[in-house]
Amino acid sequence: MSQTLSASTLLWVPLAPLVGSVVAGVLGTQFGGNLIGRRACHSITILGILIAFVLSAMTLKSVAMDGARFNETLYTWMVVGGLKMEIGFLVDGLTAMMMCVVTFVSLMVHLYTIGYMEEDKGYNRFFSYISLFTFSMLMLVMSNNMLQLFFGWEAVGLVSYLLIGFWYNKPTAIFANMKAFLVNRVGDFGFILGIGLIAAYAGTLNYTEAFAKSADLATLTLPGTEWMLITVICICLFIGAMGKSAQFPLHVWLPDSMEGPTPISALIHAATMVTAGIFMVARMSPLFELSDTALSFIMVIGAITALFMGFLGIIQNDIKRVVAYSTLSQLGYMTVALGASAYSVAVFHLMTHAFFKALLFLAAGSVIMGCHHNQDIRWMGGLRKYMPITWITFLLGSLALIGTPLFAGFYSKDSIIEAVMDSHLPGAGFAKFAVMAGVFVTAFYSFRMYFLVFHGKERFDQNPDAHHDHHDADHGHHVDHHVPHESPWVVTVPLILLAIPSVLIGYLTIQPMLFGDFFKDSIFVNMQLHPSMKALGEAFHGPAAMAIHGLSTLPFWLAVAGVALSYVFYMLKPEWPAAIKKTFLPVFNLLENKYYLDWFNENILARGARALGTGLWRVGDQTIIDGAVVNGSWKLVAWVSGSVRKVQSGFLYHYALVMILGIFVLMTYFVWLK
Amino acid sequence: MGLLSLAIWTPIAFGLILLALGREEQARAVRWLALAGAVISFLVTLPLYAQFDTSTHAMQFVENAAWIDRFNVKYHLGVDGISLWFVLLTAFMTVIVVIAGWEVITRRVNQYMAAFLILSGLMIGVFSALDGLLFYVFFEATLIPMYLIIGIWGGPNKIYAAFKFFLYTLLGSLLMLVALIFLYTKSGGSFDLATWHALRLDSSSQTLLFFAFFAAFAVKVPMWPVHTWLPDVHVEAPTGGSAVLAAIMLKLGAYGFLRFSLPIAPDAAHEWAWLMIALSLTAVVYVGLVAMVQEDMKKLVAYSSVAHMGFVTLGFFIFIDLGMSGGLVQMIAHGFVSGAMFLSIGVLYDRVHSREIASYGGVVNTMPKFAAFSLFFAMANCGLPGTAGFVGEWMVILAAIKFNFWVGFAAATALIFGAAYTLWMFKRVYLGPVVNDDVKNLKDIDAREFLMLALLAAAILWMGVYPKPVTDVMDASVTQLLKHVAISKL
Repeated sequence: MSQTLSASTLLWVPLAPLVGSVVAGVLGTQFGGNLIGRRACHSITILGILIAFVLSAMTLKSVAMDGARFNETLYTWMVVGGLKMEIGFLVDGLTAMMMCVVTFVSLMVHLYTIGYMEEDKGYNRFFSYISLFTFSMLMLVMSNNMLQLFFGWEAVGLVSYLLIGFWYNKPTAIFANMKAFLVNRVGDFGFILGIGLIAAYAGTLNYTEAFAKSADLATLTLPGTEWMLITVICICLFIGAMGKSAQFPLHVWLPDSMEGPTPISALIHAATMVTAGIFMVARMSPLFELSDTALSFIMVIGAITALFMGFLGIIQNDIKRVVAYSTLSQLGYMTVALGASAYSVAVFHLMTHAFFKALLFLAAGSVIMGCHHNQDIRWMGGLRKYMPITWITFLLGSLALIGTPLFAGFYSKDSIIEAVMDSHLPGAGFAKFAVMAGVFVTAFYSFRMYFLVFHGKERFDQNPDAHHDHHDADHGHHVDHHVPHESPWVVTVPLILLAIPSVLIGYLTIQPMLFGDFFKDSIFVNMQLHPSMKALGEAFHGPAAMAIHGLSTLPFWLAVAGVALSYVFYMLKPEWPAAIKKTFLPVFNLLENKYYLDWFNENILARGARALGTGLWRVGDQTIIDGAVVNGSWKLVAWVSGSVRKVQSGFLYHYALVMILGIFVLMTYFVWLK
Repeated sequence: MGLLSLAIWTPIAFGLILLALGREEQARAVRWLALAGAVISFLVTLPLYAQFDTSTHAMQFVENAAWIDRFNVKYHLGVDGISLWFVLLTAFMTVIVVIAGWEVITRRVNQYMAAFLILSGLMIGVFSALDGLLFYVFFEATLIPMYLIIGIWGGPNKIYAAFKFFLYTLLGSLLMLVALIFLYTKSGGSFDLATWHALRLDSSSQTLLFFAFFAAFAVKVPMWPVHTWLPDVHVEAPTGGSAVLAAIMLKLGAYGFLRFSLPIAPDAAHEWAWLMIALSLTAVVYVGLVAMVQEDMKKLVAYSSVAHMGFVTLGFFIFIDLGMSGGLVQMIAHGFVSGAMFLSIGVLYDRVHSREIASYGGVVNTMPKFAAFSLFFAMANCGLPGTAGFVGEWMVILAAIKFNFWVGFAAATALIFGAAYTLWMFKRVYLGPVVNDDVKNLKDIDAREFLMLALLAAAILWMGVYPKPVTDVMDASVTQLLKHVAISKL
């Protein structure tokens, strides 16, 4: 522990955004009577994020340069039965990097929002939410224990819920946000079981203490079963990651989350929140390293997500949805890397992806603004003339995404592919195929979108429903609806600032992050059992050599092929895609319906649960408990008393008869029987 | 007079004054007097917390005087870490319901306010009684004001509801009376709880006692399958009645388990723990599913209460610290959260006079302040970390996993069901475009309603962010109770 990091400084990293959020949320909205205006709201929230970013950058510097570390408790949440639950920070390489990524992207998104949400009534509320998100995400990554991790985990889920449903009058948005929350809750269900098992068998929620006991955990089985306890723990934890990081089959919420405003798609649903699951698994690497079964499971789930979500990106026409499916696919890549025990590579890809995917989303948002809120790429085309900055930055982001040598995405994605090649776990064969094929698919859908948006014929005046597609944002300038325009500087400056790391960050940081000791204390890998990282290190001879070597490898040529094919399909022979669609209609339908998973969830799971609930209510509660038992018992009482009451008829001769019979019986008894 | 007597009799005295003095035409003065009574009654409970010694499990603020000498019945009061919070919670919620009923109740205002104040004193009596018969008297006496609140100020079907409430709970408590008399004779003529706790009992008497108490307390909690009175009663009860019923009266049952069933019949409690756990889990899963399909907001929250109380009984019968404290924390949290949920429904009902979810839609457009509060309460109801609703559920789920993975597994499904029914209701009532003129003409909450909801929101947030003071108070008593229950009485 070093004196360069102090609790009081670190505390301001999450607190500054929280203060901004509370001020904007309470004073700037109808809740507190609109006491402060737009300028005040965006200034205070941006100031909060700026403070957080500067402090994070300073933290990163001390961690990277001076080897500073921090692991302390801030306050005790409660102590019960010997189990300590605390709020505290753990700052090491992994945390410091996440802090910087989160605050930097958040800062860019805050700036961008000034332009993007300019005409929206909920301007101040939006700033409050995104600052609250930044606070929650920072609490998540800075935590030194699983209680706070869970707090941050659910808090980012809450803000995601609020932001997807930001336009609360839009039926699709409020359906999407509920869906997102519920699907995430399914993941959280697994997550809390995993945390609970750790608490039960390691007796602590603190990372360091729990990891110290991981060897003991590895020897146990789950009572009553033959399952290895550590495998159950890891799979439960990973189910949490599947929800948050949108892995198959819990990915269904992410495409729908595009109903939210574009800045949050960039911040939450691309760069930061959805990577929380990846971060968590990397953080818990000392546990995951103990279970090959769990790692195999992770690798297969990741491979399915990487490849099959990429396919869906090919047929989307909504610009945001293309980027969303690309995000799913890239999250799958990160997950595959986790499964191959290449945690640092996963986190490395997380970082590069955060920059270029935030860039792509924000550029897509800029395109949407430029096209007067049209999101359909079929009605764009030739935009490069009208939006030069957006065009160039979008191109840079796309090149990074498909893994062009020297770009950030190349270093991270190529490392993932290499790491998977060296994995020997069951399922690695499928993963190898999936990540390779995924490269081609990624290049194809990325450049399909790129060509349709920025090149080719200008089609923006042919959109049949251009005037009906407006959402809540009440946009002003109606001078000419059809001609696209470049966005204002508050929008383009963040694009440029994000484009720089999207190009350079991989080249600059691959050495320390993957092969240096930046993650030395954060990530644990059992090199004997899982030699991927070792093999990777042996093959690495500097970033420049890697880029040159990259030109002669299969992934590069697959990417080139993907780009070339999309060029043929969407520039040279635009009639081909339609023809192919006709030929392969069943495949197309399968993709169009997203493998029928939404259909299954809505019609089988949701309806089934409601039918079951209705059945239990009508039959169990109303018919059996209330009908038969509760009301049955008073009916029984009523019936018995009704019968008995008949005896008291009020007729003298009835009573006389009974008396005579009584005397007769008594006399019989006394006279004859006694 | 001791602090506990003061806590019990201050609200009752104010209630009696209101009954004696209040007139229909003085409604304004009556309201202020009631508020003053409620606030003073709350203030007199604060020294209990301030002077509470958390290091001991012994009863504190003990008062012991003869009451009915002939049967050795004592006026014996005291609180420990298990009961202290409920005394404060009761007094706090009474302030809230007095504010809630302010302008809403226009008929027999003095009687309405008096009923709540007297009810508050009686419930504090239940939580602080250390004499079996005194407990029983308070326990049964609470039925009378609640019966009147439902029967006089309730909805159209109020008479059916009032009777169902009264008979359901009375039937259960009659068996408890038998149990109390049995213990009285068994202990050689004492109603003293501590004596009963120490009393050695054979296996069959323990089982009979356990089920006699179960009949009284399970109905009150309510546990599945004796829960069906709760939705009917909530639907007919006035808003304040629902709030107090959910926030405090249900806790009387859960409290009874800790004060009577567990320490008096520990062996039977262990023997039948599997049944209690099974019933609790049924409450969580079955009732969670039933809550999802409710069309009436109050019914939905009523069912959600049953599911949440399932966590309380589940926590108790796992017999570890984390579970038992978790159950207690869940009781307090549910007091705030369910109270807030019912009061929120009341805010809408006062304006539109409908509890049907289908009558609403897009309320956020016309009532943004109110919608912000409602969202917060909805999130607390789903157990979001940082709110009170999370703390108890988290503790009980962790304890359940430690006890048995599959029990924890079933309990954790509440994460999904709770979110499903709460957020689905929230979506249908608050979000979306304005659906009809009723919603269009809604006026946002006024200062009084804002204050009421803000107080609850503050309590919920405080408990979620820093629950340590809450659990610290309980710690010694819970540990002692578990120690006591672990020793066989056979």
